[in-house]
Amino acid sequence: MKHLFVKRAVAATLAAALPMAAFAADKPESLKIGMTAFLTGPASVFGVPARDATEILVENINADGGINGVPIEVSFIDEGAGAESLTSEYRRMVESGGAEVMLASISSGNCQTLAPLAEDLQVPNLMWDCGTQRIFEENDYKYVFRTQANATPEMLASVIYLLKTKPDFKTIAVVNQDYAWGRDSWDIFSTALKAMKPDVEVVAEFFPKFGSPDFSTEISRLQALSPDVILSTSWGGDLDTFVQQASQRGLLNSSTFVLPLAESSLERLGSALTDGHIVGARGDHYFLHPERRDDADFQAFMKQYEEKTGEVSVYPVFHASQAIAALKTAYEKAIADNGVDWPSEEQLLAALEGLEFQGLGRPVTLREDHQGVEAQLMGTSVQTGDYDFATLENIMIFDGAELTTPVGEISTEWVGSLDAGFIDSVSVDTYEN
Amino acid sequence: MSSTTEQRKVNARMKNPLFLLWIIGIVAIAAVPFAMPSLQLLVSFAMAKGLGVLGVTVLLRAGQVSFGHALYFGISAYAGAFLMASMPGTDFVIVLIAGTLGAVLAGLLVGLFVVRYRGIFFGMLNLAFSMIFWSILEKFYHYTGGADGIRLPRPMVLGNTLDHVQFELVLFYTAVVLMVALGWFTTRWFASPVGQLFQTIKTNETRLEYLGVSPRRALLSGYLLSAVLCGVGGVMMGMAQGVVTPEYVWWVRSAEMVFIAVLGGAGSVQGAFLGALIYEFVRTYASVYAGDIWQMILGGFLLIIILFAPGGLIAILNSLFNRGSGKGGTGK
Amino acid sequence: MNFAIFLLALFDGIAYAALVFIVALGLTLIFGVMRILNVAHGSLYAIGAYASVTLTGYALSLGFAPVLAFPLMIVSAVLVGILIGAPLEKFLLRRIYDKSEVLQLLMTFAVFMILEDVQRLVWGTRPYFDSSALQVLGNVTVFGVTYTAYQMILLPLVAIALLLGMRFFLRHTVTGKLITATTEDREAAQSIGVDADKVFLFTFVIGAILAGLGGALASPTTSILPGMGADMIVLSFAVVATAGLGQIEGAALTALMIGLGRSFAVYLYPEISVLVPYLIMVLVLLVRPEGLFGTPGARKI
Repeated sequence: MKHLFVKRAVAATLAAALPMAAFAADKPESLKIGMTAFLTGPASVFGVPARDATEILVENINADGGINGVPIEVSFIDEGAGAESLTSEYRRMVESGGAEVMLASISSGNCQTLAPLAEDLQVPNLMWDCGTQRIFEENDYKYVFRTQANATPEMLASVIYLLKTKPDFKTIAVVNQDYAWGRDSWDIFSTALKAMKPDVEVVAEFFPKFGSPDFSTEISRLQALSPDVILSTSWGGDLDTFVQQASQRGLLNSSTFVLPLAESSLERLGSALTDGHIVGARGDHYFLHPERRDDADFQAFMKQYEEKTGEVSVYPVFHASQAIAALKTAYEKAIADNGVDWPSEEQLLAALEGLEFQGLGRPVTLREDHQGVEAQLMGTSVQTGDYDFATLENIMIFDGAELTTPVGEISTEWVGSLDAGFIDSVSVDTYEN
Repeated sequence: MSSTTEQRKVNARMKNPLFLLWIIGIVAIAAVPFAMPSLQLLVSFAMAKGLGVLGVTVLLRAGQVSFGHALYFGISAYAGAFLMASMPGTDFVIVLIAGTLGAVLAGLLVGLFVVRYRGIFFGMLNLAFSMIFWSILEKFYHYTGGADGIRLPRPMVLGNTLDHVQFELVLFYTAVVLMVALGWFTTRWFASPVGQLFQTIKTNETRLEYLGVSPRRALLSGYLLSAVLCGVGGVMMGMAQGVVTPEYVWWVRSAEMVFIAVLGGAGSVQGAFLGALIYEFVRTYASVYAGDIWQMILGGFLLIIILFAPGGLIAILNSLFNRGSGKGGTGK
Repeated sequence: MNFAIFLLALFDGIAYAALVFIVALGLTLIFGVMRILNVAHGSLYAIGAYASVTLTGYALSLGFAPVLAFPLMIVSAVLVGILIGAPLEKFLLRRIYDKSEVLQLLMTFAVFMILEDVQRLVWGTRPYFDSSALQVLGNVTVFGVTYTAYQMILLPLVAIALLLGMRFFLRHTVTGKLITATTEDREAAQSIGVDADKVFLFTFVIGAILAGLGGALASPTTSILPGMGADMIVLSFAVVATAGLGQIEGAALTALMIGLGRSFAVYLYPEISVLVPYLIMVLVLLVRPEGLFGTPGARKI
């Protein structure tokens, strides 16, 4: 810490003395970054693919000579080890481990904990996966950026896709996990739905506990109510169990399911997810992305990933690719803009402002409030026989900028102010599959 | 019964070489922010957790195990967070007091009910109350922030606004002072008449009844002390973390506190802090260097302690320091 | 709430209760005989589920009929009992029977932590799902609501069979009587020549098999993933304490109360369904401090 103090003090003095000068940092041996992800616990269905993807991406960058000759060195912190271990390890990595940039985190709760900490520690932090829209709506951060969308555009895309493909449904029920994401996502979804189609009736709201092993009772009740549409923003084991149990008991035949996170479960659900249900991907993330699947870099990565893990890519892989792309692009931009060998922290932060970068999906830009603007991909499940699980048809890719809450506004208020006209005003590209 | 007499003997012995060791230990901890600043936060966490473990230790002296004491840890942290949310810029001392008061109040309400029970029922009822509180935190997410928890922003300190480095130093040394003061108080309390009656619950509860003493009242006094200790630990932890989540109350948290109490040396005041310190180190470094198997490492560590040193780390220390006299107890 | 809905909630509650009972039965048996609250029971439950899914998946890939899933569940449960339960008792628990309950409990907690990571190392973090057993039995439709025959008929039947079988075993067979005698008074039993070590080993293996069986039976209905054991163990603890320690019939009744309470809550007031087991526990213990079927003499533990 002493070292850090000195460094900061020197930097501050110099900055005061020479406000206009650009300071290049010395080119380091390697660019050390830290990434937090769930390696244990239920959310490891996201953390482990993201870690594997990050390792591949970093190896690829290093094989090409790194960033301006500097190789990237990434270490991982397990979010599943609990908040104390996470925060103390995060600090250790920044204060004495030499990490220049941190990538955190999957859990929205951890993002809320780590964002102020990153500010205190003055370390650039790319929020690479967490969904809560509150971060930049409730606070301003200098060091924190989000390299993907948040819950608002993700839910809006689901609502609009639903209203475009099934405009005259009457009733809806929700089965979400009982924690912040399940509650927040339903708040946004239901507010948007009421604003754009006020005549819909919500017939049941279930929030079974996180990690619930059994949805039998909820399914019985849903069968008795038989709503036109059933929404579930659940993920991982919870979503798998719910869809499997519902499929087994024929609920998938009588209601249309809207599953904004099911892209990450497609392979595991196999034949249980029948045709005609709405699937989302928390962004334009899909291993058969219609605009990207013919690109050489996309194909090469998908092949590498499948060889390494034996599974197809899911959205956390895309999110990891965006964070790494943002990192690389920002450093390269800062180096080019300032004509230096290696940028200072200030130069890096300046480069991150308004940055445009491209991971495995469409290009993403960082807004002035540091929120990423990311396209949203939605589709309908179909069992084609090409894979032994459902893939997507009637894919729509929505432009992110129009779905993201305008800077300075609060999501629920903004979403509530929309109306039916909004559905047709949104730009969308449609693909058959 | 033999363990209490053993304990007394240990207490007597402690006057000499071990006492010196504790002094050295406390001085060493106090030097951490200067000597090894990267460990400062970890040690802060360990001391806060150690206070909670001390609460569990108190109950162990009466032979009772609570599987739900994270309840008080969490209640005080949330009390502090709510206070900060409703009155931004509240003073550090007031947050500390408010949090502790929250724990005392909850301890009294729950305590009046659970002191009627012993053993497994005592443990399970505490668990039930902590799980009910946990569910409330998750359910009323509009107020509690649900699983994401709520922020506990940095409070003022005696009217001054501090930056994070200064505040963490204040927090660190407050934790040191609280550790020494409450540790000393608890040791004295064990030796006091009330404390003695309380510990008789473990060895011979019927004797208490013959003496005309209400075992429930005796247990309640110890229960309140344990709630206070957990409460102080919880609000300190909340301030050190800057955020409070329902995980504070989750049953694994309670089990972890019992785990640390036994690791340190069941029933030992110093053991609670020593255990917490070692536990935090093992846990953090195991999760860093053996990400996939940190639980296994901790579990194996605990197994070894139970099988080969059931008296915990304290018993190991005791035997090391009494090797000269020939019979160092392994805690049996 | 009309009669049809009442019946629907009843069916759901019973199916859920059956599964909870099977797991709690093993826990309460071990507790009744050995006075050890086995936290690792949750891991045995999870491993039973994993083993069953793995074996079934393997059998299906070899081209066997899905009906083979049923015998494989029993095989998995027995494997859990013999390969994990037996060594656990013989090499670990046996060494600490003379120690305090806190130490015994913590030892099982340590084993639980180790087994949690073992599961992850063996089966990874990806959720498994294999419902072939469920599909074999098909569906039943009641009041326009489709149930799986597996959950609505098979699970309750297995639970009832286990309850009756366990009663018969403990009261009417020699081994069962030896177990009961050892439970009542270990020293007296030993003095008349009962090998208490053997009784404990046997009991623990049976308990472990029941945990594994619970997991195996749950496996066709739910995703099998890391952490599933932790939830089950808290629930079965609640059942065991509410029932009264070592009370098999009490465990059955408590499991039913919790199952029904939960499913009626989902119909009437879904927000409290999570709280149901704990509310029932607090209410029962408020009225009967030794549990539903417990006797005051048990206070010494």
